[in-house]
Amino acid sequence: MTQVAEDIMEISMGPQHPSTHGVFRMDVRLEGERVLRLKPVFGYLHRNHEKIAESASYLAAIPYTDRLDYLCSMTNNWGYTLAVEKLAGLAVPERAEYIRVIVAELTRLQNHAGMVGFLLQDMGASGTPLMYAFTQREKVLDLFEELSGARMMCNYMRFGGVRVDCSQQWLEATARLVGAFGGFLDEFEQLLTGNEILMARTQGVGVLPRELAINAGVTGPGLRASGVNYDLRKVDRYGVYERFQFRVPLGEHGDVFDRYMMRVLEMRESLKILEQALRDIPGGAIMDPKAKLRGLRPKVGEAYARIESPKGELGFYLISDGSPNPYRYRVRPPSLINLTVLEDMCLGQNIADVVVILGSIDIVMGEVDR
Amino acid sequence: MLDQVFVSLKHWLLGYSPAAIQPAVSILLTILPILLVFPVLFALTTVLERKGLGRIQNRYGPNRVGFYGILQPMADALKSLTKEDIVPASADHTVHFLAPLILLAVAFLPFAVLPIGRNMIAANLDAGVLFFFAIGAISELSVFMAGWSSRNKYSLLGAMRAVAQMISYEVPLLLSSIAVIMAAGSLSTVEIVNKQAGFSGIFPHWYVLTPWGFVGFVLFMIAATAETNRSPFDLPEGESEIIAGYYIEYSGFKFALFFLGEYLGMFAISGLGITLFLGGWGAPLPFLTWVPSWIWFFAKLLGLIIGFIWVRGTLPRLRMDQLMNFAWKFMLPMALVVVVSAGAWRFLPQGVTRWLVSTLLLAVAYGLLARGVESRNKIAKRTYRFAE
Amino acid sequence: MLGLGILKGLVETARNFLGSYIDKERLVTVQFPEERLPVAEAARNFPFLIYDGVDPEQGLRCVACQICEKECPPRCITIEKSKDKKPDFVGKQQFYPAVFDIDVSVCMSCQICVEVCPFDAIRMDNEFELSTTDRFGGLLWTKEKLARPNEHYEAIHPTEAAEVEARRAEEKAQADAKKQPSTVTQ
Repeated sequence: MTQVAEDIMEISMGPQHPSTHGVFRMDVRLEGERVLRLKPVFGYLHRNHEKIAESASYLAAIPYTDRLDYLCSMTNNWGYTLAVEKLAGLAVPERAEYIRVIVAELTRLQNHAGMVGFLLQDMGASGTPLMYAFTQREKVLDLFEELSGARMMCNYMRFGGVRVDCSQQWLEATARLVGAFGGFLDEFEQLLTGNEILMARTQGVGVLPRELAINAGVTGPGLRASGVNYDLRKVDRYGVYERFQFRVPLGEHGDVFDRYMMRVLEMRESLKILEQALRDIPGGAIMDPKAKLRGLRPKVGEAYARIESPKGELGFYLISDGSPNPYRYRVRPPSLINLTVLEDMCLGQNIADVVVILGSIDIVMGEVDR
Repeated sequence: MLDQVFVSLKHWLLGYSPAAIQPAVSILLTILPILLVFPVLFALTTVLERKGLGRIQNRYGPNRVGFYGILQPMADALKSLTKEDIVPASADHTVHFLAPLILLAVAFLPFAVLPIGRNMIAANLDAGVLFFFAIGAISELSVFMAGWSSRNKYSLLGAMRAVAQMISYEVPLLLSSIAVIMAAGSLSTVEIVNKQAGFSGIFPHWYVLTPWGFVGFVLFMIAATAETNRSPFDLPEGESEIIAGYYIEYSGFKFALFFLGEYLGMFAISGLGITLFLGGWGAPLPFLTWVPSWIWFFAKLLGLIIGFIWVRGTLPRLRMDQLMNFAWKFMLPMALVVVVSAGAWRFLPQGVTRWLVSTLLLAVAYGLLARGVESRNKIAKRTYRFAE
Repeated sequence: MLGLGILKGLVETARNFLGSYIDKERLVTVQFPEERLPVAEAARNFPFLIYDGVDPEQGLRCVACQICEKECPPRCITIEKSKDKKPDFVGKQQFYPAVFDIDVSVCMSCQICVEVCPFDAIRMDNEFELSTTDRFGGLLWTKEKLARPNEHYEAIHPTEAAEVEARRAEEKAQADAKKQPSTVTQ
């Protein structure tokens, strides 16, 4: 251990902590209250996901992708099935694409609601915004349970479509939820957005400059809060996103308040997408007729598919060698890549702000460690 | 009648004791209700707080123990009594043991000068308010003792922060009380309550219903929240920060004693706020004076406690430097303006003029200071642009 | 005005406080275990084996094809084929499982075994109060523990069960028609 000067204190905000969003450790060197250096230490939740997927078949890897970013299982499934569909050359029917969009936007709603709730919990708001957000999140999870059978580990998408079709009642229940969600967001904003204490604690804190964000590979709401107009739903236009009218909110300061507002504004945009999708969903098949359930052997080749998950760009890179198992399976975890700029954002800030900045990046350790 | 039932009870019981020890018995009979009522109120407040916070968050609070959860404090007390009392090996054992005791002793003393009802005050001191503030400052000592004795750098940091916070917020607290003392012309709590006893029409003469009194009351309550380390000023005991506070090394019953001390401090300061600004045991409307005075005191106390719980459930925590800036750069100048405004009120003749002058002074000061706070913290309303 | 946001927040909290007494929609707590939420029809927890009729041994639909064992992602199913055969619902002679074990502590409720089973033999149950104090085998379920009658399946997943019944009835009708030669060719 190197000798450090008198005033400097090294603390470890250890893996067991109420505010580190999972098992995550930060070794912080402080001078008084200011942060001099911050080293993130993770790996406590490493579960060998990529190695397991190399020995399991393509179908068997889908339930494992659920558990990557365990709050957003539907979008994880989608990223993976998109990669395999590219490899195997499968086409997805229209109704399945619409269902995928609906489900992904519902995932985005419940993830952002949870993130805002947890951010305020870290700031000490004794759980009130968290409880409000979770009430709405539970409604979305109930919808997922009706559709796929499980609330969080949905295992819903298949190569070439989705597993089961959604009923008319489910679509009506979703429409009701979407209708009521706007009112909840208004109440939520009334509680939070104009709150002077929230503004004082988050404005100007944890600034992420635009160039650093681009160079570090930060994606998702964190990148857009720094002012970069990059949303994969608009850039790649995967699925049927080009049929929907929605806007991409952009921030300009790149601080915690901007990242918080990105989530709130994105929730409103998701509601718009959901309304349009629920209105326009066609009937028809939900699986590609050419797709086989078992024994999928894609041609030799490689594919990289990426989607705009609620945390950022979630990518799956697959190399196939013609056998039923992938030769190489690699996940590009948005939480991990967004986490690499944590130190830069925290330098010179108060120790009390480190927790807030970490909460604003919105990480899930299942994704960081895989 | 009902209003003087406790006073009559005390005199009746005194009659049964021999003349030699009557003074001692009298003191005992005065103190005993305080020692019984306020801890029971503390127990009730813990349940009320948990249920109140629960309802704010759209959930039930505790409701398993007893009727609607009312016996929850019994369960909590049992839990804290049966926990192992762990003291760190390198801690200063004497100081570690004394800290909660001193806090407890000091927490009970201020109740002696609060008039709980007509003729119901334990010690009618001529300088009651001075006594209150002097005793209140000792509680900060016990906080520091707790942090220091644990021989833990985090608890020491937490204790230093707590003491800094409490000292900074003493100043606006005192200045707002000075405005009241000026208006009443006396330091005695009984005198202050008596001065607020009349009615003009249906409005009572409470100081909170004057412009300077209203602002002074708001400042007093904010400072009281900070003094007792309640949210949004509870950084010293912040749960989601790394430094969990000055009582991090206490477990079991001593922890419960700290909580008791903190809540008793909350009741005491609310009691003083009621005495200074809300007219003590006076009724709010002239046709309600038949309700006993002590019921009004406890009703107002309950109202303030509900206010504390409400604020706790809504607001996130302030950071340490923001807390201190708020005290010194906003609340202190504002409190000074309150004193000036109270003086203007006192010396201008009755009528619209003094209302206008008082309110104008306060409004201008508030506007300037608020702008200062916003610019320093760079708080601004933001608009966002969208890309298609 | 400084403080306006805080006041609006306080109003919002008060509205929730009072609303939780008045509005049933706001107070969403369900006091488990006295009150329970209705379980969604599609809810799944752990698998079970279906048997037709009243005898779990005779009526077990599983023919030990071991497809579920191969496809299970965490490999929690262990199957051993029997040596002899018994007839299935259309009368064909099929193997049956001598050993069918599912290690429920490993199973991740992914439902892939259900999807790939060609014989409608394994389905997902929705019971979740399954804790046991036996740590050395309490969560390794054997064929006897896994077998449930078809009525149980119809009770928990009525729509699916109706579809499966319709399909099986059709297959049985086709098989019966093949066994009886048609009167025309007679």
